[in-house]
Amino acid sequence: MLTLTFPEKTWAHELSAARKLAALSLATMGLFALTTPLHLALAAFGAAALIASGGGQFARAALRPLVMLWPFVAIVAGWHLWLQEAAGAAIILRMLTAVALANFVTMTTRLSDMIAVLEWLLRPLSRLIPPARLALAIALTIRFIPVMLLRAEALALAWRARSARPARWRILPALTLSALDDAARVAEALRARGGVD
Amino acid sequence: MEKSFVHIALFAALIAILGLIPKIDLISGVPITAQSLGIMLCGTVLGARKGALAVLLFLVLVAAGLPLLSGGRGGLGVFAGPSVGYLIGFPIAAFVAGWVVQNWQARLGIAAFAGAAVGGVALLNIIGIAGMSVILDKTLPEAALLAAPFLVGDIIKAVLAALITRAIARMRPDALLSRA
Repeated sequence: MLTLTFPEKTWAHELSAARKLAALSLATMGLFALTTPLHLALAAFGAAALIASGGGQFARAALRPLVMLWPFVAIVAGWHLWLQEAAGAAIILRMLTAVALANFVTMTTRLSDMIAVLEWLLRPLSRLIPPARLALAIALTIRFIPVMLLRAEALALAWRARSARPARWRILPALTLSALDDAARVAEALRARGGVD
Repeated sequence: MEKSFVHIALFAALIAILGLIPKIDLISGVPITAQSLGIMLCGTVLGARKGALAVLLFLVLVAAGLPLLSGGRGGLGVFAGPSVGYLIGFPIAAFVAGWVVQNWQARLGIAAFAGAAVGGVALLNIIGIAGMSVILDKTLPEAALLAAPFLVGDIIKAVLAALITRAIARMRPDALLSRA
């Protein structure tokens, strides 16, 4: 499965994940403190420069998730144009800049580094969620996503072999049940190998 | 111990699958994804605590940078965008759906529908609308207008969650952890 990390190294890939996340938190709080469209436009310009520094392909990949926000942009823009208020521009700029900056961090940080920071952040909860168990749970989930995707496709094919109607939701009970059965088997296998701490 | 642990991990994967398969357009013509159905199922099948933990694990993977949300979205950006309220509401929705199934001794199908409707539709939309109202700087009623078109799909998903939960109870009664 592909992660959202950009495969080619940019300068920001070198920075530590924890620092990038700390900077992102501060920047996002800062964005919500800004209210005038001019200040937010400057912030958006800064974010655009940051993204452009990664090169053309990087910038194109960074723009894709922003394009997905177009319904919200359209609604807010329409609403505030109707009321003839400048506030709409501030809202749109703030939203797009916040999302772009967050995506910039995701795109320049490897999945394993990000998980390491998340585990560190969850350390205060280590009595509730032991880090080793969290790591194993993450690995199991990532491993089982392709397994269950194949299962879903196989179930849909099996349905199509016997019915002219599309399967739609009818494969979902079987898919859910297969997840429960897999869980029972994997739990047994884990126990046989010494169990979860 | 191992069993509930693995259930949490595999249901986190199930939520991801339900968001990844665009082929399961549940009812023809209604453009809804099955992802929030996965949230409801975590609660109604696994119960409150394990269901909420499965959803949290799913969100950890999304935040870490896997494109597991419907439409291939993921990463930290989604937590800064207008649908952040729905993401915050996901684990709460699963918890409430599971809590209702565990504590209301009505017939399973009815309890599962009630849980999915209260947690996965009502509560989730309230938190989601609050999130949109903050990010888009709109009043709550204005933000609610944005969520309204999806309400029909949400109610269909609550019905499906109840049907699937009941089907599992019939096929494998001891597998249903919320009523174990």
